[in-house]
Amino acid sequence: MRFLRAFGQFWYDFLVGDDWKIPIAVLATLGVLVSLLLGDVLGDHALTVLGGVLLMVTFSTSLLIDVRAGRRR
Amino acid sequence: MDAASWGLVTATFLACFVEMVEATTIVMAMGFTRGWRSALAGTAAALGALVVTTAIAGYALANWLPESALQLVIGGLLLAFGLQWLRKAILRSSGRKAMHDEDQIYLDEVEAARAAGTTGSGLDMFGFMVSFKGVFLEGMEVVFIVITFGLNADNVPVAALGAVGAVVLVLVLAVVLRKPLAMIPENTLKYGVGVLLAAFGTFWAVEGIGVFRSGSESLDWPGADLVLIPLIVGWFLLSRVLIRALRLPAVAPGGARLAAQEVGS
Repeated sequence: MRFLRAFGQFWYDFLVGDDWKIPIAVLATLGVLVSLLLGDVLGDHALTVLGGVLLMVTFSTSLLIDVRAGRRR
Repeated sequence: MDAASWGLVTATFLACFVEMVEATTIVMAMGFTRGWRSALAGTAAALGALVVTTAIAGYALANWLPESALQLVIGGLLLAFGLQWLRKAILRSSGRKAMHDEDQIYLDEVEAARAAGTTGSGLDMFGFMVSFKGVFLEGMEVVFIVITFGLNADNVPVAALGAVGAVVLVLVLAVVLRKPLAMIPENTLKYGVGVLLAAFGTFWAVEGIGVFRSGSESLDWPGADLVLIPLIVGWFLLSRVLIRALRLPAVAPGGARLAAQEVGS
């Protein structure tokens, strides 16, 4: 049991790190892109550029949420 | 070597260099306080485990996944590491997180090593385990960076060359100086590597989304590989804007210095 906990903790630290909001931001962005791709809404070029911009926006948002939460503590 | 290969070597060299400096601090603290036999045995065991992990993960990624799925996994992993590195760099540069300090980490490790009880004769398990964990954990990110950059450039040996070069350089510096490598501008290096990983991660993760369409064909960025330049510039400019926006004033109106607000861990 202790080994399993340590194993799980290792992979959590490895993949999620200090801020769980960042992987969520990445997954949410990729999810939006998959929806747009499957809906055939945009072409490749527009979709890739939108993906880059969305990743930057969601990363900034997660960082700002982090800082605001830090201010309240 | 062409420009892409040099870029590959530089990225893996810098990432490995930073992680190796951190691992060396831990091993040195254990070596000087708990004995070099256990510290070096832990280091050797961790390096062996990393080699096995690299071989298995590299084989699995290269042989079991279609190209677009590989790009998605590679990009996702690089974004996971890169954005965490970038987040820390932004918080440190804006004064919201303490700077990474190898000297302080060394002192903390030495204190913990002295506080831990002795284990009698034979291999000192405390020194072994702390050294093993330090090298293995710091090494895992390097392993994935080498595999992902190497596979995508179809040149794992060149990527590994950059990592091995960093390992050798850090070891030589550690042996010559015999103290934590606090003079290395680690915060700046991590910032640079964070920007690179974020840009490459964005490029590959978005390309790999194509795995979900019929035919599993990767998405095309405008300008193909050349779009990496605006992506690197974009992530760098965004980080500068965030640092500026989040920067804490150094001195309060009353004259008292504000303590940095620690964000996260």
